[in-house]
Amino acid sequence: MNLLEEILTIGIAAGGTMLTRFLPFILFPSSKPIPVFIRRLGNFLPPAILGMLVIYCYKDLPANFTLDSLIEIIAGMITVFVHLWKKNMFLSISLGTLSYILLLNFF
Amino acid sequence: MKTVKLAAFKIALKSTLPIMTGFLFIGITYGIYMRQEGFNFLYPTFMAFIIYAGSLEFVIANLLIHSFDPLEVLLLTLIVNSRHLFYGISMLEKYNTADWRKYYLIFGMCDESFSINYATHVPKNIDRGWFMFYVTCLNHFYWVFAAMLGGILGGFINFKVNGLSFVMTALFIVLFLDQLLREKNHYSSFCGTLISAVFLLLLGKELFMPFSLLAITGIFFIKENRR
Repeated sequence: MNLLEEILTIGIAAGGTMLTRFLPFILFPSSKPIPVFIRRLGNFLPPAILGMLVIYCYKDLPANFTLDSLIEIIAGMITVFVHLWKKNMFLSISLGTLSYILLLNFF
Repeated sequence: MKTVKLAAFKIALKSTLPIMTGFLFIGITYGIYMRQEGFNFLYPTFMAFIIYAGSLEFVIANLLIHSFDPLEVLLLTLIVNSRHLFYGISMLEKYNTADWRKYYLIFGMCDESFSINYATHVPKNIDRGWFMFYVTCLNHFYWVFAAMLGGILGGFINFKVNGLSFVMTALFIVLFLDQLLREKNHYSSFCGTLISAVFLLLLGKELFMPFSLLAITGIFFIKENRR
């Protein structure tokens, strides 16, 4: 690729990404009331998306299940338990990550 | 900085600390990767700044070393990032309240900024518009800075803290768990998790997200029409 082709490639990627981010706001501008179905969909989606993003973090597991995958699951469970116990976001994330690093490097 | 902004900035900084850790790690990895593909540090820096969608940037870095194919670039971009359409639908009301700042909020709506801006319950005395704005700014900054650092350090260092990237997994687990603890019914949460897990097994990691979101929307449509 020459420089122009590189710039175009990066530009198309940036433009395409912006399209996916701005399109809903262009279709449903704040000047008009949002259709009821869209508004209700917008209220329904976020919990499902948060669940999907957790699955996304484990996206490499099915294709390639190794000992590391098991450690990822165990560290995830530790994160859940710490959070249910103390309800402190930073503690849960820190202990979860620490347990993952320790298990991965010394197990 | 006025006190309203400063207060919002402090909460935003605190809320994004896990993302700082995760983005520094992944961003440096990304910068090093591009450097090793033969690009100087300006490439990862500029791409991080203007594209600002982590997983896509790895894909584009890989495309840049092949022959020019604009249609492929566009198709891959739309497939990888189509999930943003659903983030946008979810944020129509929240982001539209933030006057001129909303254009930047929409520009910077990556997975992490969306999740934090949706899920964080800011105290009543904190200005939500500024909070969301600073969350987006900080995440953008962490990412660009890390990509640049990786691009500069590139071949010089052997950067490896095994396992630090788990901080992102832990963050999403905690955000989801808080959602489960807060909500009255778990229909959407369970629906989203189950469908994504099944589609991941059926379609693989590249395609499962857009199809899961379509299926979730379909289920919502059926549920609405039955009422």
